[in-house]
Amino acid sequence: MNVEQVFREERGRLLATLVKRFGDLDLAEEVTSDAIEAALKHWPVDGVPDRPGAWLLTTARRKAVDRLRRDQVYAARLALLQVEVDRADPPTTDALPDERLELFFTCAHPALPEEDRGALTLRCLAGFTTPEVARAYLVPVTTMQQRIVRAKKKIKEARIPFRVPDPAELPERLPGVLQAVYSIFTEGYAAQRTDLAEEAIRLARILHRLLPEREVTGLLALMLLIHARRDARADLLEDQDRTLWDRDMIDEGSALVEKALTGGHGPYGVQAAINALHDQAEDFASTDWPQIVALYDVLNALTPSPVIALNRAAAIAMRDGAAAGLALLDELAGVPKLRDYHPYRAARADLLHRLGRSAEAAQAYREAIALAGTEPEQDFLRRRLTAIEGQS
Amino acid sequence: MKYMLLIYAASDQQASCTVEDWIAYEKEMKDAGVLVSGHSLADLVTATTVQVGQDGRRTVTDGPFAETREVLGGYDVIDVPDLDAALEWAAKCPGSRDGGAVVVRPIAEFDF
Repeated sequence: MNVEQVFREERGRLLATLVKRFGDLDLAEEVTSDAIEAALKHWPVDGVPDRPGAWLLTTARRKAVDRLRRDQVYAARLALLQVEVDRADPPTTDALPDERLELFFTCAHPALPEEDRGALTLRCLAGFTTPEVARAYLVPVTTMQQRIVRAKKKIKEARIPFRVPDPAELPERLPGVLQAVYSIFTEGYAAQRTDLAEEAIRLARILHRLLPEREVTGLLALMLLIHARRDARADLLEDQDRTLWDRDMIDEGSALVEKALTGGHGPYGVQAAINALHDQAEDFASTDWPQIVALYDVLNALTPSPVIALNRAAAIAMRDGAAAGLALLDELAGVPKLRDYHPYRAARADLLHRLGRSAEAAQAYREAIALAGTEPEQDFLRRRLTAIEGQS
Repeated sequence: MKYMLLIYAASDQQASCTVEDWIAYEKEMKDAGVLVSGHSLADLVTATTVQVGQDGRRTVTDGPFAETREVLGGYDVIDVPDLDAALEWAAKCPGSRDGGAVVVRPIAEFDF
């Protein structure tokens, strides 16, 4: 194991342990960095210690004492901490206690702005630096810096605790954590950053190990079943070269879906099941469309949204024909959220094209292009438009 | 850690909670040993505003009147371990229902 791999695995774990001890995220972050800096200096010379986690923890605690000695404001806490450092027996096992679950719940606390929860999770649990987090969320570094400082100030001054909610609180609190992790994944996809999507999967694996709740399983399954298609994703699902799909990842995701949907179901598990059906199909036409339509009905009952209604209409177009799908899409024409949503226009364009109404299809593609936010999306839609115009 | 729960009532809605609900809530806070202080405020029409200008002259005006939908109707200061505990008490407050809202503000702590 090289030094970078050790840090990748240990950083979040070390930070969580220190936050738990000190109850102070800033101090914990500072001394985590100090300890890693020390390791970078010593390990290449002395070799990686037998128990890297324990070495880092001991070093970080000493650094904390040093810092508190210099800082009078924290002087009162020093005595307490000193006792801890003196008392700290060398851990008997290789691994640190894993207290990252507490940190997951703090980073995604409902008292923090929703858009900052994924960013904090990336920073605290994935070990991203602020510029890296800024790049992930496509915002200027100074903006991200301000957001993180503000969120950390709130955690500290409003005393947002580092604790795992009671089982009774979980239904209220877990969705926020799952949403934070999933937002990292979807950001990764929007920006075509495989590394970010993989980081989200890694975080979901940690979460799943620590808290094997149904919807955690569902989220991990969902991301694996989408990510399995990563090498083919430049094309629409119907045009993808299915030999490029990652079979091992599909098998792993499919097994998890079964677990996630045994004895109950939640939105992530149902979305995962839809993706499992796509991933298991020989080709687009022979996909189990009746089952997918049924799953969209279940999903729409759990979390009604215009976007789900749109996807359901597209699935019905495959089950019952383009005309049936188009009729449903036209029923949705007045929904405000879909009016400026380019996938809605693109879906309409596609069905119009399949029905041979080329002029209307071309017009719908032009509308979609005008609404599409990113260059790759626009390029993709332009290619579709050119293909239609070439035919007519 | 002390938090102030600012209890806002929706001015356009009739609250369904009763005086008994409020008494029970206060008793629960006292029994749990978390209540530091708390008061209900008299009707907003009784409010008076004082401002002192740079020249030292004071201006007294009637009001303010409800310009927003929600009106501060009272407060409780509680002493609990962390924000989660404070939010728990805020959710139990009768004032958080029927379109009302409870705003949770930590009391500032200064290290001198």
